[in-house]
Amino acid sequence: MSALSRFARTKNFFRKYWLTLSTPSKFFSLGFLTIGGFVAGILFWGGFNTALELTNTETFCTGCHEMRDNVFAELQPTIHYTNRSGVRATCPDCHVPHNWTSKIARKMQASKEVWGTIFGTINTREKFVDKRLELAQHEWTRLKTNNSLECRNCHNLDSMDFTRQSKRAVDMHSPSLGKDGKAGEKTCIDCHKGIAHRLPDIKSAEIKAATADVEAGK
Amino acid sequence: MKKIFALLFTCTALSAAAQVTDGHPDNHPKGLRGTTPLDKEPVSPLMPKMVNDDIRKGRAFAMQPPVIPHQIENYQVDKNFNKCMTCHGRDRVPDSQAPMVSVTHFMDRDNNFRSEISPRRYFCTQCHIPQMDVKAPVENTFIDAEKAAAIKKSAKK
Repeated sequence: MSALSRFARTKNFFRKYWLTLSTPSKFFSLGFLTIGGFVAGILFWGGFNTALELTNTETFCTGCHEMRDNVFAELQPTIHYTNRSGVRATCPDCHVPHNWTSKIARKMQASKEVWGTIFGTINTREKFVDKRLELAQHEWTRLKTNNSLECRNCHNLDSMDFTRQSKRAVDMHSPSLGKDGKAGEKTCIDCHKGIAHRLPDIKSAEIKAATADVEAGK
Repeated sequence: MKKIFALLFTCTALSAAAQVTDGHPDNHPKGLRGTTPLDKEPVSPLMPKMVNDDIRKGRAFAMQPPVIPHQIENYQVDKNFNKCMTCHGRDRVPDSQAPMVSVTHFMDRDNNFRSEISPRRYFCTQCHIPQMDVKAPVENTFIDAEKAAAIKKSAKK
């Protein structure tokens, strides 16, 4: 079979569909098509968002043992899970952006996590421990670039009463986060790493990176 | 008759003594369980709050490890990370203005000074402890060496 005839066959295939799409409907009324399209649109959009929200629950996240036995178990003794008032954060509160476009972007990134689940990149405790620094760094970078948006969804600087904080907290918060309407030089995640999960060995990683830089002659 | 009275008297005296030393529950050590019977669950006392005023406490004796005047709940101190050192570490003190750990903590077992805390001094809460906001159940009668020496001196005179 020559290359030309293969091209022609493919062209024919697409032309058939294009013809169907571009010809006016012979059997269905305009009313049926518009109203039907509208209803189908609602169903599709509603279904899509419902499915999306289903993947945005703690039950879904802890459905896999990787999350349930490692990070979720670590979350439980922390203040973001158990505290005096019973207000708590669930996984997506911190790990999935709340506004729609960013959420979709994050969800598309998460397709790599589906890959990870299928091929078991962190399916044992050892594999998870080895990979935890990298995974943590992804989250730190995300929160650093969006100015700790997920923290600020609940912790509003304007509502933070420094007079009710301990002296130590005030001394750190007022210059770092900014006062008198001026923005500070730091964002939440700069200091509050590892408040909901245990921290990996950051120091050795830093030393390792620095040594690699020196060896590379930087 | 006299003999019978004497015998009766000794018997009652003995049984009373036995009751005081043995049978009476008030004289028994209570332990943490208190007076709750073994098959019942005791009501736990209220959990005290950790002192969080950041005011440094004095040291009762020269070698006493200073106590921690703030909350340390959920601080991670393990193989991977030492939360205390994020403020009290040598390189963090300029930012945090917290007291730096003493240089004795940098010494290894051969008395060489290292640039950061030695592994044998790594676990802070082995010596340093936070304080709870409670009334001490027992009075503390400790006196330090200086005071003890002064008392001894004045006793000699």
